[in-house]
Amino acid sequence: MNYGVNELGYYGDFGGAYIPEMLYPNVEELRTKYLSIINDADFKAEFDQLLRDYVGRPSPLYHAKRYSERYGANIFFKREDLNHTGSHKINNAIGQILLAMRLGKKRIIAETGAGQHGVATATVCALKGIECVVYMGEIDMERQAPNVSRMKMLGAKVVPATSGSKTLKDATNEALRDWIGNPVDTHYIIGSVVGPYPYPDMVARFQSIISFETKKQLLEKTGKELPEYVMACVGGGSNAMGMFYHFLDDENVKLVAVEAAGKGVESGLSAATTFLGREGVLHGSRTLLMQTDDGQVVEPYSISAGLDYPGIGPQHAYLYKVNRAQYVSITDDEALQAGLLCSQLEGIIPAIETAHALAQLEKMKFKPGDNVVICISGRGDKDLDTYIKYFNF
Amino acid sequence: MNRLNQLFNTKKDNLLSIYFTAGYPQLNTTLDIAEALEKAGVDFLEIGFPYSDPVADGPAIQHSSQTALENGMTLNVLFEQLKDLRKHVSIPIMLMGYVNPIVQYGVERFCKKAAEVGVDGIIVPDLPIYEYEKLYSGFFKDNNLSNIFMVTPQTSEERICKIDELSNSFIYLLSSSTITGINLQLSNSIEDYYKRIKAMQLKNPTIFGFGITNNESFKKACEYANGAIVGTAFVKLLGTENYLEKIQGFVKSIRP
Ligand SMILES: Cc1ncc(COP(=O)(O)O)c(C=O)c1O
Repeated sequence: MNYGVNELGYYGDFGGAYIPEMLYPNVEELRTKYLSIINDADFKAEFDQLLRDYVGRPSPLYHAKRYSERYGANIFFKREDLNHTGSHKINNAIGQILLAMRLGKKRIIAETGAGQHGVATATVCALKGIECVVYMGEIDMERQAPNVSRMKMLGAKVVPATSGSKTLKDATNEALRDWIGNPVDTHYIIGSVVGPYPYPDMVARFQSIISFETKKQLLEKTGKELPEYVMACVGGGSNAMGMFYHFLDDENVKLVAVEAAGKGVESGLSAATTFLGREGVLHGSRTLLMQTDDGQVVEPYSISAGLDYPGIGPQHAYLYKVNRAQYVSITDDEALQAGLLCSQLEGIIPAIETAHALAQLEKMKFKPGDNVVICISGRGDKDLDTYIKYFNF
Repeated sequence: MNRLNQLFNTKKDNLLSIYFTAGYPQLNTTLDIAEALEKAGVDFLEIGFPYSDPVADGPAIQHSSQTALENGMTLNVLFEQLKDLRKHVSIPIMLMGYVNPIVQYGVERFCKKAAEVGVDGIIVPDLPIYEYEKLYSGFFKDNNLSNIFMVTPQTSEERICKIDELSNSFIYLLSSSTITGINLQLSNSIEDYYKRIKAMQLKNPTIFGFGITNNESFKKACEYANGAIVGTAFVKLLGTENYLEKIQGFVKSIRP
């Protein structure tokens, strides 16, 4: 694969494992074992079986007729919102719990922003009977309250992150601190393609099922494996990387990644990392990062908790730098309007994260007959409160 | 030879170092605190520069970092404050901080500037060995700066040997895998860990850090290593009133 990780954990200049010595043994254990574990036939069989019978995969590729009319192209929705627990996050959580068990771990920690990754992790821990602790920013606990209750009902302990911006970045810091203090028996299920190597590659592999299925489904539906466009929203970038993965080497397929502009890229309240970020180191990897001239991480803003993160995964930073994918951004208002439009044209209420990707359709110029796949990364149940307040329903 | 090397050549036991965050509790207290610590008899100092996301730190040092940032501390400000450092303080000094502010400042420029003001060593917990060797070690060597690495009970012997080879002042031992601010845990497995380290006959001295809070834990640490570093307990003292006057007493309470 041309855009994959090298043996040192880098994508061009991005990636690596910038971690304190306390985390080294954990990360090194993962690095030396992850490929042999996930390529093992036994692992694959269990992973595939759970994705099929428990998650409900393959997720449908839905030809959105009214969207297609509106945008003058064949718009396909890759329905990750129909997965068990309501988003793509479960693909990675299943993969990592099976890996953690093979590493003999007894306890799972995770960070979460929108709560979707926390719910997915709590779910797989319940499934396997393993202790689960989820760190979540205090602000996110408020704006994604239903997911906090879901995690508790699933038996997880939810710990508020009260430092810094009290959102996803700080939840990640707290999870890393927990891991430092529990170096032997605990596995950290990171929820996106971020963190020290091998996480970005490992999570991308677990999420790559999205594009793997899409290719087959497109062939069935259109007679062609390759679409003209593939689109997805980017927080840390896991649904986008899963959606792009098997198209990366097909250079004719245009990849569009949609970041959260918040109140506008220039407003000071934004999470559009490729526009506002510079190269730096966050959460163990060298990547693009929103920061001050002095190298302090800038607190991002987006109405969408899942996109409210000051960095992106190192592979995205690389795809951006070498121009393999196009990075664009969508404001809060544009996203919420797109969420409403999708609800009323297609009867699908999307997560606000996903609504960012949908909003980008308004700005695209397609040719008739173009096939366009957009990743519907999650459903909007968790966001009803935000939608209701915004539209005064 | 820098001041750290000279110190370790002449003194082998009960070495005491203190950590504090530059810019805390006030922006301009860095030199006053350093001077007071030298007067109180501390052997060497670790001056932290703040970072917004200090993942290896507990609440006390997180708080000091955040306050320092709010006070306006940056690497530029710190180097300006340390301009006349060597007119005031003669003991060895290390700077400690996370990698991102250094990368933004420019690693080469950072090393030059540190040497210029009279710094002897650098501790960057999240700078990996591989990147240090490949990208940056030349800058450290050119400026006669020691890079200091950490070792935990989970660090493999092979890796400890590698760290010993790359070090030229001392090795920073952690009593357990922990963030700062967790009290030193002394269990049988720690004795094993210490014996394991001792048996390796490393070329560098060892200093215990993280969790040393009082005379008892300091003494214990010195049974195992050449000395110890006190961080969180001192940073907490800086959060109290009239802290400058209390520094002498604090140091005496650790090492009478
Ligand atoms: C539905 C949904 N989409 C997207 C994201 C963003 O994450 P990523 O960029 O890793 O896909 C989240 C994160 O919480 C999410 O819940």
